[in-house]
Amino acid sequence: MSQFTSGFWDVYIGLISIVSIVACALLLKMQSVRKPVESETSGHVWDEDIREYNNPLPRWWAWMFYITIFFSLGYLALYPGLGSYAGALGWTQVKQLEEENAHAQATYGPIYDRFAAQDIVTLSKNAEALAIGQKLFLNSCSQCHASDGGGSRGFPNLTDKDWLWGGAPEAIKATIADGRTGAMPPFGPVLGEQAVRDVAHYVMSLSGGAHDSIRAARGKEKYAQVCIACHGAEARGNQAIGAPNLTDKIWLHGAGEEAIAAQITKGRINQMPAHKEILSSAKIHLLTAYVYSLSNVPK
Amino acid sequence: MQSNEETYNYGVVRQFAIMTVVWGVVGMLVGVIIAAQLLWPELNFDIAWLSYGRLRPLHTNAVIFAFGGCALFATSYYVVQRTSHARLFSDALAAFTFWGWQTVIVLAAITLPLGITSGKEYAELEWPIDILITLVWVAYAVVFFGTLYNRKIPHIYVANWFFGAFILTVALLHLVNSAAVPATFWKSYSAYAGAQDAMIQWWYGHNAVGFFLTAGFLGIMYYFIPKQANRPVYSYRLSVVHFWALVFTYMWAGPHHLHYTALPDWAQSLGMVFSLILLAPSWGGMINGIMTLSGAWHKLRDDPILKFLIVSLSFYGMSTFEGPMMSIKTVNALSHYTDWTVGHVHSGALGWVGLVSIGAIYFLIPKLFGRAEMWSVRLINTHFWIATVGIVLYIAAMWIAGVMQGLMWRAVGADGTLTYTFVESVKATYPFYAIRLLGGVLYFSGMLLMAYNVFKTVLDGKTFEARIPAPVHA
Repeated sequence: MSQFTSGFWDVYIGLISIVSIVACALLLKMQSVRKPVESETSGHVWDEDIREYNNPLPRWWAWMFYITIFFSLGYLALYPGLGSYAGALGWTQVKQLEEENAHAQATYGPIYDRFAAQDIVTLSKNAEALAIGQKLFLNSCSQCHASDGGGSRGFPNLTDKDWLWGGAPEAIKATIADGRTGAMPPFGPVLGEQAVRDVAHYVMSLSGGAHDSIRAARGKEKYAQVCIACHGAEARGNQAIGAPNLTDKIWLHGAGEEAIAAQITKGRINQMPAHKEILSSAKIHLLTAYVYSLSNVPK
Repeated sequence: MQSNEETYNYGVVRQFAIMTVVWGVVGMLVGVIIAAQLLWPELNFDIAWLSYGRLRPLHTNAVIFAFGGCALFATSYYVVQRTSHARLFSDALAAFTFWGWQTVIVLAAITLPLGITSGKEYAELEWPIDILITLVWVAYAVVFFGTLYNRKIPHIYVANWFFGAFILTVALLHLVNSAAVPATFWKSYSAYAGAQDAMIQWWYGHNAVGFFLTAGFLGIMYYFIPKQANRPVYSYRLSVVHFWALVFTYMWAGPHHLHYTALPDWAQSLGMVFSLILLAPSWGGMINGIMTLSGAWHKLRDDPILKFLIVSLSFYGMSTFEGPMMSIKTVNALSHYTDWTVGHVHSGALGWVGLVSIGAIYFLIPKLFGRAEMWSVRLINTHFWIATVGIVLYIAAMWIAGVMQGLMWRAVGADGTLTYTFVESVKATYPFYAIRLLGGVLYFSGMLLMAYNVFKTVLDGKTFEARIPAPVHA
């Protein structure tokens, strides 16, 4: 894109812009000089009876036109608009953003600083901190986890004690700040359809659900060879890698044979996005306290 | 039978005029459906073809290019013949533009619900259809300018300046913005990338408004108002100044659609100042149209066609005032992405484009079918009032909703957090969506009255071919 970094184009565009605006004014000026005679038609007749008067330009209209032209020239002197000329005020939209952010930091920073030093468990019982945390949650988290933190299919419920990546304050904070990527590899090609069904029945049996015990027995053998690596011998999962507990009745991606078989066959990559670029660490601190309170502080 | 040389080609005008009404009903019906979907999302019945994301481009394409496009073809073919005292340059090419354009519309109506789209707003149609559009448009230009070339009156009438500018510019816009690399028969990728693609898109998008929806319809205004009012155009001089200023300035205004984005600051500023400069040239057309009635204001009382034409100019004036205001960066920071934009567009679309087209079609239908007037003039009057009330409800609801959304999105509490979540602003908008739907239903009902009135007029009439009169020398 060297053609857009060459200095020539800045001058070219700047000149064309000015000439164009001035040309509008000249057109107006030229057409205002000679006084057309009022209420006299131009002499042309179209389609039997269409004629044209040649009334002068309405004055108020011409002035409105001039005012917008003068305003534009003034604006382009003050703000960027003519090629690389930065404008007398040195305004840029990035600077405006930075100034607004700095202003917000100066205004609201102290509010957050008060909480930054307190630990999360304490904050999770502080009504003022929770009110801010809830606002942050509603604007940044509720889109996936629902307004009450109850989650939905594919998006974990944050109000129970079942944690994929750990429910300790620091674990929650890390999840919010850095995000998480849970990966279950696809086992369909390795196991084959029948074995997948067997494993599914075994998994259903783990939480006491209805299952085919012959299939579950066969599935148990496969589980011990394959699934055990992540979900563990007792199938209670592994929070270090986000492997879910299979012995409870919580099914993030759907309960029942079909959903479980599909999960084993195709695997899944599920992502919680990182928020440290979006929210300051002080805000994440409060947000963590709020999320922690959802399952630890009785309402 | 008279030889073709002695009569105007009313056949193609009749075809386009009838299809204007048909596509008007269709396009506005889709509009009513999607307005209802915003209120009751269940109305997509979980069928992909009926989902909002697919019907919305169908609505915009149908009302802009099918309804508006047919109105422009019908009126420009009529006006260029009548003001040139010459038959259309080529009957065969004119027939091709009719059947070609209808094919484009039908293809759009099939592909858009199927989800086949280039993803560019107001230019969603995929490349094979784009090529057909290009062919039709070249034929249109040949017919129009060929007819103008054969004119018997040396001076070109002002309506034809606007029609000519519209045809030339739309050709340019379409070719540049639709440039794409085809991947398959129904999928292509834009020739541009990133911020440049966005800039090209909105250079196209805003000039689609400026030339398709403004210049073309000013052409309609410049013929049908003096004709219907039987008054000379107010000022030739004003028409010269505002024509050149309008067609020149519009070209620059596109970047105001991309305020506070990755588009460089300088381009945003230019888009803003030229949008402000555009105010006076836009109002020039309104003044020239409304002042044409000077000395004949009483005609507004009992001529419903004139009511349509003149009130369309009031909405034109209103939305071309609103547009420059919304292009100011600080105003745009509030209005952008809200329903205010939707209200602005519809005050132009329903108020200006819709009313002026409807007025022109009410003028044309009796003339094309050998009748003195429409089957029911009272029904035209009813249509006028229903449509006007509909527009006012629609745009007032969207103004309030838009400003409310803008204010809710930026409201912060004492702790600096956002006061409202997005979904709260959606919830707060529901009542206004209901009022908007009511306005849309009213406007659509008016269109149904028109369809009935046109049907009865055509039923009573028979196709009429007018002889070309000798030019009058003043």
